[in-house]
Amino acid sequence: MSAASPPLEVMLDLYARLVRTRCFEETVYNLFLTEEMQGTVHLSTGQEAVSAGVCAHLRPDDFLVPSFRGHGEFLAKGGSPRAAMAEVFARDTGCARGMSGSMHLGDPSLNIVPGVAIIGEGLAIAAGLALSAVMQGSDRVAAVFFGDGTVNCGYFHEALNLAAIWRLPVVFVCANNLYAFSTPISQMMAVGTVAERAACYGMEGLRLDGNDILAVYAAAGDAIEKARRGGGPTLLECMTYRLRGHSRTEPGRYRPEGELDAWLARDPLPRFRSQLTALGSGVESQVQTIEAEVEAQIADAVQFARASPDPEPDLPLRLVFSDTGGDIRNG
Amino acid sequence: MAEQGRFLTYAEALREAMAQEMRRDPRVFLLGEDIGAFGGPFGVTAGLLEEFGPERVRDTPIAEAGFFGLAVGAAMGGMRPVVEVQYSDFLPSAMDAIVNAAAKMRFMSAGVWGVPMVIRAPTGASNRGPTHSQSLEPWFMNVPGLKVVCPSTPYDAKGLLTQAIQDEDPVLCFEHRMLYGSRSPGGSMKSAWGEMESLQTPVPEEPYTVPFGQAAVRRQGSDVTVVATLLMVHKSLRVAKELALQGVEVEVIDPRTLVPLDKGTILESVAKTGRLVVAAEGPKTSGLTAEIAAFVAEEGFDLLQAPIQRIASLDSPVPLATIAERFVLPGEADVRMAIEAVLRRSRPDPID
Repeated sequence: MSAASPPLEVMLDLYARLVRTRCFEETVYNLFLTEEMQGTVHLSTGQEAVSAGVCAHLRPDDFLVPSFRGHGEFLAKGGSPRAAMAEVFARDTGCARGMSGSMHLGDPSLNIVPGVAIIGEGLAIAAGLALSAVMQGSDRVAAVFFGDGTVNCGYFHEALNLAAIWRLPVVFVCANNLYAFSTPISQMMAVGTVAERAACYGMEGLRLDGNDILAVYAAAGDAIEKARRGGGPTLLECMTYRLRGHSRTEPGRYRPEGELDAWLARDPLPRFRSQLTALGSGVESQVQTIEAEVEAQIADAVQFARASPDPEPDLPLRLVFSDTGGDIRNG
Repeated sequence: MAEQGRFLTYAEALREAMAQEMRRDPRVFLLGEDIGAFGGPFGVTAGLLEEFGPERVRDTPIAEAGFFGLAVGAAMGGMRPVVEVQYSDFLPSAMDAIVNAAAKMRFMSAGVWGVPMVIRAPTGASNRGPTHSQSLEPWFMNVPGLKVVCPSTPYDAKGLLTQAIQDEDPVLCFEHRMLYGSRSPGGSMKSAWGEMESLQTPVPEEPYTVPFGQAAVRRQGSDVTVVATLLMVHKSLRVAKELALQGVEVEVIDPRTLVPLDKGTILESVAKTGRLVVAAEGPKTSGLTAEIAAFVAEEGFDLLQAPIQRIASLDSPVPLATIAERFVLPGEADVRMAIEAVLRRSRPDPID
């Protein structure tokens, strides 16, 4: 571990965020296999270092725009596992009261925008949140997560340009997992990296090992601090890999043989765990304590979700507008 | 002049609404293409840059998807963006931000996190050809979560836009390009201003709102109800005036807001007249007139003495050639024929 490593308590906190997402998502995956859940889910298994490393820097008043693969982003910013699990279960106690599901986890009290499931849209929203912070004279920043599949759509260009011309405090976090659903990103870009595109907007772009949580943590810390000080936006390209398919139980057979195994060897979780336990004999027990706590927390979330009621069937009509609710049209 | 009072063009009334709201509420700011020094393509924002500065009268790149999405974020961050699109025909470029983001954020946050943004969209035909002439209002009526308003007079332009800016939900304000008025800077438009008495509504200087969901009865009559929006309000009023000379009393109702829609006022009028004509620009198929005719057929069937008549554009892109544009767009002759058609029909008396 380098001299620049953060203090042990910070690293243990990062580990807890990492494990919480892994445990949450593996649990969700198993519940899907047993067909206990509705809707669809997109797991970030293998990519958790990206969400954990970035969100660990965000203050409660900072804005987060999660992707549709956003369990980890939501949880890493402090979103409630109970509210998330209940939403995946489509229960009334979910963070969107069962109206939106896994793709749209959000929490207004934590400034987490409901996860964005339309590719690219979140980048523009993040720029707007950042603009509001600037216009209000605050030092809040916005972080937005997206995959490599996002970088060829118009929103990417328009949002990065807007953020750059107005020097908005945004950190654009690309989790480059090499595939847009089933399509290799290398077939869809004529340049080698996402990060190099930043230059044409007059923005700093960095490519880093997204499975190295300390690398993500360091780069995100710099980018967020720069944004807070008025230094403008940054594009972070975090190289990673999803260890499961695109969604639900989709197996990911479009990937060449051996690729998954190679990335399994770089799984950020055991990798960081061994880095931690190598720090000293006492750390192993601290790590085990975290793992036990997280497991209990997720088990509690499942129990909570299972015990929660379904929403009232007519609830949707009450959530459409601010004033007369659904009656404005349905009366 | 029909009435005494303070007269503004429609464009001036819209500008006054924005200026007064910006003075009252520091969260309000404007976003759009060429709205600053240039004053907007129809001159609606002229002079606002000088008073409020470039932070609050913010010129954007030509990137509708980007700056509409950005406006959603700014509204969620506590601001009150008023976004201008140069032509409503460009709204399709921003469709995702409006339909999937602005309209659904409140819903996706358990009713908590709203998007108080206003979209100002110049709509309707003004001899500019296929991609600068459309009336897309009904597209947005079909998306729960959006409010849609369509002022037809300077009074309503100011009052509805003021209400829109104060509203907690996303509001689209469709402004007919032919109504802006000849006094708008940069405008050598073929404005109907001056020819239309009905456009000359006094506009109070002090701020006021026109509440959503309250239709205006523009003319009272007992024989036929005409429900019309935007420019069709004025065309219908002209026809009504002519028909009055022949003893036909037409009631003209301007819904003013399409979402929410004041169904009650329309049904009350149909209860009185027994006959309904609905008139709006934009193609007939799945159009605004379809929605209004359908709800009256559903909720007011027993009130009707004759089949409902719909006046709309033909199902064609709007052509440039004036003679063809007139053919495609609904005109006064169409309104008159529809009124005459419903007057010729009546139900036989029920057999007891």
